[in-house]
Amino acid sequence: MTRDTTIEIQLNGKPRTFDRTHTVTSLLEELDLHPGMVVVELNREILERDRYAATGVSPGDAIEIVHFVGGG
Amino acid sequence: MTGTDTMIDDARALDGPLHIGGVEFVSRLIVGTGKYDTNELMMDAIRASGAEMVTVAVRRVDLDRTKEEAILHHLDPGEFFLLANTAGCYTAEDAVRYARLARAAGFNEFIKLEVIGDERTLLPDVHATLEAAKTLADEGFKVMAYTSDDLITALRLEDAGCVAVMPLASPIGSGLGVVNPYFIREIKSRLEVPVIVDAGVGTASDACITMEQGVDGVLMNTALAAADDPVRMSHAMKHAIIAGRLAYLAGRMPSREIAVPSSPTEGMLD
Repeated sequence: MTRDTTIEIQLNGKPRTFDRTHTVTSLLEELDLHPGMVVVELNREILERDRYAATGVSPGDAIEIVHFVGGG
Repeated sequence: MTGTDTMIDDARALDGPLHIGGVEFVSRLIVGTGKYDTNELMMDAIRASGAEMVTVAVRRVDLDRTKEEAILHHLDPGEFFLLANTAGCYTAEDAVRYARLARAAGFNEFIKLEVIGDERTLLPDVHATLEAAKTLADEGFKVMAYTSDDLITALRLEDAGCVAVMPLASPIGSGLGVVNPYFIREIKSRLEVPVIVDAGVGTASDACITMEQGVDGVLMNTALAAADDPVRMSHAMKHAIIAGRLAYLAGRMPSREIAVPSSPTEGMLD
């Protein structure tokens, strides 16, 4: 899977560079996030969990990873 | 609810359950999870409150320190009914986006819809709230809409398909109590769906007075989290909600501005 390429994406509003290609599953792994604890939005579309493994991360993608926090 | 708390059980036996969107709740108190100093304190306070429905917010994962923030590390979705909110949204579009993200977490279809219109008062933008409520109800959401104490908006939100309408007692985090009990009573008397008073309760007497208006429940956060002792205040609120509910159901005596003796006036000694 590893290539000599870097990929830059917008991750939670900030530019972030990865030195390998990623699926959403491997991205969450690298970020140490449990898929069941987060929701992923890819380019403003919600990505259902059963699509994480088959969905590749492309240069320029805007990814939002959200979860539940305390609130009223 | 703790099984050994017979005083609470006895009181609740005199009241029926609360039904919202097809789900039954014993407790009429809904609590938030924001602003607690620690997660341990939050969980102790929530348990003390007896609440079954608990609100949470949707936010970006802080990728620098993931473990501390994720509330589901502390709050068991099997023990509590999660009510995600759209807090912080200022447009209908944003609120719909947050609601969809919340539903994708996979717990339930409920959303506490909140669209703020003004930073100083945090009063709701009722037009945007109504617009978002229609969209979300059409998408199958069970919308519990935070709104002002305006009857017409409350009626429109019910027409839009909301499963509960949640007028404020007073501004979010203000602790001012019910500033307009007349409008709260009027809204309750005109709506079929449950009316939950959301925001503004400061202490136990506020919660009790709110319930005495006949509403179906109260949602609070700051009153517990910002108390000097949140766990004690949660116990107080649990009792206050039950006391206010039973007082409403019992039907209060008429108030009059003249004394009426409680003891017989006959049979007095010469």
